[in-house]
Amino acid sequence: MVVIVDYKAGNLISIQKMLKKAGVGEALISGNPRDIEKATKLILPGVGHFDYGMIQLQESGLIEVLNKKVLEEKIPILGICLGAQLLTRGSEEGSQKGLGWIDADTVKFDKSKLGQKLKIPHMGWSEVRFNKEVPLFKDMPLESRFYFVHSYHLVCDRLEDVAVTSKHGYKFTAGLIKDNILGMQFHPEKSHKFGMQLLQNFIKYYK
Amino acid sequence: MRRIRVIPVLLIQNGGLVKSIKFKNHNYIGDPINAVKIFNEKEVDEIAIMDISATKEKRGPNLTQIKDIAGEAFMPLSYGGGITNLEEVKDLLYNGAEKVILNSCALDRMALISEISKQFGSQSVVVSIDVKKDWLGGYKVYRNNGSKKTSLSPVNFARQVEAAGAGEIVLTAIDRDGTYKGYDIELINQVANAVGIPVIACGGAGEIADFRKAVKEGHASAVAAGSMFVYASEQRGVMINYPKQDRLINEFFTKI
Repeated sequence: MVVIVDYKAGNLISIQKMLKKAGVGEALISGNPRDIEKATKLILPGVGHFDYGMIQLQESGLIEVLNKKVLEEKIPILGICLGAQLLTRGSEEGSQKGLGWIDADTVKFDKSKLGQKLKIPHMGWSEVRFNKEVPLFKDMPLESRFYFVHSYHLVCDRLEDVAVTSKHGYKFTAGLIKDNILGMQFHPEKSHKFGMQLLQNFIKYYK
Repeated sequence: MRRIRVIPVLLIQNGGLVKSIKFKNHNYIGDPINAVKIFNEKEVDEIAIMDISATKEKRGPNLTQIKDIAGEAFMPLSYGGGITNLEEVKDLLYNGAEKVILNSCALDRMALISEISKQFGSQSVVVSIDVKKDWLGGYKVYRNNGSKKTSLSPVNFARQVEAAGAGEIVLTAIDRDGTYKGYDIELINQVANAVGIPVIACGGAGEIADFRKAVKEGHASAVAAGSMFVYASEQRGVMINYPKQDRLINEFFTKI
């Protein structure tokens, strides 16, 4: 069972609808630890402030079960947007510790490197480059583009964990993958056929 | 290549999709859900929906309709119309809208911008600013769907909403709306240069060359249009349309 983790921080229905449209079946939206316990795949969405997201996860009592599922049982988890940032050790946006499942940090866009025309947040469609040959990117159309909304971005310690890059003034990490842990900064659920393919791949190929 | 968002703005009046000229003479276009389905197939960047009856009828957003629309929108969706409190914002954001658009409410209760920004992030709150030139040639902000004049200058108001936590601004020149005469570049330039957040140009677009101008000369971060995407031409025969990617790339993105 695919569970979209509900910790009261974001638009969950859009992900559920995109999965349905992709023809990969129903996903359960739940913030109940018992449902998450039974999950075979997890999607961790999220919109908003880093600290707000972490506090919501703690207050929903989900961190323990998530740690168990992801680190011990090694079931696939896909973090989206803030959900991807929460996988890191922490963010310049706040003072809360992240889940720390991957050796990476979340940092603010460097305004001095953006030039005059570009603004923060990075909001809109950007083309991406896939840096890893993994099933998540199978059959992705050439020149795939995704919808981004973020002021902070991911930085991995190790180059091999960088799965996707994109550009906003400078090249940044738009997706990271380490074993069963996947995080994408963009919104596949709002990115037409590109996002549909990616979500389909996640459901189909990650076991 | 830098991609610029090209956003259809859809107006809803009494539940149906309409299009205005200078905020008046609303012409019935069709069923909004049907339009969104077509825009979805055309892979549009983003859609903005504004319910222009809501504030007039003193009611909140029609959540049932928004749910139905959002269910067909596999692209970012922003919604405006009748929003007055955080609870409504939460309902909208949890039911498929990425962003909410505030207009009259941003003038009545600017604190709501901060509240939304704190809880959901500044990217989720858009302020729409409708502007008309007065007889002295100065720009003034209008409210209640362009029907009431205020004493505010768009530049000052834009700075205030940015300080309050707005993530972007949709800037509409009322007198250009539905005219196909191109954007008010001077207005866009003034506001875009006054704030650090993205400004979306709106009102008057008739062709892709207008998008280019809004970005190159007006320094807009994104462009929006109504008539261009719901009519086949200036003769105003209804046809939901959107430029193909290769046209946007060749005539817009690579030319800015």
